[in-house]
Amino acid sequence: MTASKYMTLEEAISTFVLDGSSLALGLAQETLIPFAAGWEIMRQSRRDLTLIGPISDILFDQMIGAGCVRWVRSAWVGNVITGSGYNFRRAVESGTLEIEDYSNLSLAMALQAGALGVPFLPTYTALGSDLFQTNPSLNKIVCPFTGQVLTAVAALNPDVAIVHVQRSDEQGNAHAWGNLGMTREACLAAEQVILTCEEIVPAEVISSDPNRVVVPGFRVVAVVQAPWGAYPSPVPGYYNRDHQAFLEYQEASLTPESFASWLESRVVAPKDYDSYLELIGKTRLAELVPKVSAPSAVVDFGY
Amino acid sequence: MLVHSERYTAAELMVTAAANEIVNGEVVFVGMRLPLLGFQLAKSTHAPHAIGIFELGIVRDKPAPEPILTMGDLPNLYHAQWLTDTMGLMGMLQRGMVDVSFIGGAQVDRFGNLNTSYIGPVRQPQTRLPGSGGACDLASLAKRHIIVMPHQKRRFVHKVDYITSPGFGKGRGWREAQGLPRGGPAAVITTLGVMHFDPSTFEMVLTSIHPGVTVEEVQANTGWALRVAPDITQTPEPSDEQLAILRKNDLEGYWTGV
Repeated sequence: MTASKYMTLEEAISTFVLDGSSLALGLAQETLIPFAAGWEIMRQSRRDLTLIGPISDILFDQMIGAGCVRWVRSAWVGNVITGSGYNFRRAVESGTLEIEDYSNLSLAMALQAGALGVPFLPTYTALGSDLFQTNPSLNKIVCPFTGQVLTAVAALNPDVAIVHVQRSDEQGNAHAWGNLGMTREACLAAEQVILTCEEIVPAEVISSDPNRVVVPGFRVVAVVQAPWGAYPSPVPGYYNRDHQAFLEYQEASLTPESFASWLESRVVAPKDYDSYLELIGKTRLAELVPKVSAPSAVVDFGY
Repeated sequence: MLVHSERYTAAELMVTAAANEIVNGEVVFVGMRLPLLGFQLAKSTHAPHAIGIFELGIVRDKPAPEPILTMGDLPNLYHAQWLTDTMGLMGMLQRGMVDVSFIGGAQVDRFGNLNTSYIGPVRQPQTRLPGSGGACDLASLAKRHIIVMPHQKRRFVHKVDYITSPGFGKGRGWREAQGLPRGGPAAVITTLGVMHFDPSTFEMVLTSIHPGVTVEEVQANTGWALRVAPDITQTPEPSDEQLAILRKNDLEGYWTGV
């Protein structure tokens, strides 16, 4: 029996996320974004982080605004339903943030190369684009078999991948379902994996359906129970996306001053993540719970 | 508003034009915002057998059962044909299995090169935009892609500041010379009209104008001498059926309202 990796959000972040760490997060793009973990990182005022992720919705923008971030390696930073991420814009335009521009495919390939333990992978994407100008991790290569020119994408091995899932046991064997983006590649590319989950369940629940395991427990260093930990992004089976929250954030992040007051009231003032959720309101959260149930058919792993 | 109709908005006309670009049975890589509605509309009308691919890991062969605001909304997962990873879907795109995709842009030039990254020099940008997302992949690898964006002089520029998503580069032969396997922009749908690309020069040509819009108006909002097709037409207006479906899918008019 392995020791439990179960810990509080505060412990997990203070133990495994250090100043200067490179973090992969927001890997399923619009879904399962680990907002609670990001919230705790902002509370602990981590500095000089590198954020790695395809489309982070507003999570990267929040962490940039909170002063946690020095580098971003990403395909898109903004607010999916409104457009610009204002903290991101301000930071790039004032030169306080370094960005390496990927596309979604090239970022997935960088993580896959990291997962495979090879220095790069080839692709046809981005040829002719200016991504090469603003991302030294993309280069041209000639195929040794065909002589064709391809894009070589350098491997990425983040220090930590932070992944929100529906359920996990205390050893970090976890089930995730829905669209997963590049979650699996990132979990295998990262040196360490922190899981936040809606529910902690007995090990038997996970082992009854091993095909649904997103990452094996032996790759996980911390398991945190964080109900609503991806709010306001959606979690299949648990809650819908809170569109209103993304509209409110657009307003709140418009100026440095309005963002500072958002940060104070939403991140600094609440004593813990539950208190933050109380600010959102129980009624509002209840409205996000799916109204149509759609369970899958049972599968049999018998022998 | 440049479309003078009491029956529909410019965005509704644009979504309808986007939907009309989808052929029944095609594999469609569906982008954010207006294209999301365009796919729902095409699936519900002339293209019931179209397959929709959403880059975050969703494949659908039927429309979502309820209106969605964005592709990650849970109704878009309900009884999907496949829920998976980005890599598998982008792999199909790279192999040439995707017929058409839709992308938006902040700046476009006469050869359909798109910029969604930097306005001004990259080291000291005047404006930093969100970036590629999947757009560069779709423009690089789909058999064809459709650009959907507002038509303004500051957006339709002689030369884009940065190529996020490659179009036809500098014209004939450019994509092949870069090593791109196929594709290129097939149409540009804007608030004023629809443009296609000349098959020999690969330059943008105005092929239809929206009702109430003049060629002069389009020209005045374009940063170069835009070529006009000799047989220019008027963009078809959305039918009552199309409008009813659009409004059912865009409940509060978030994307297509006034």
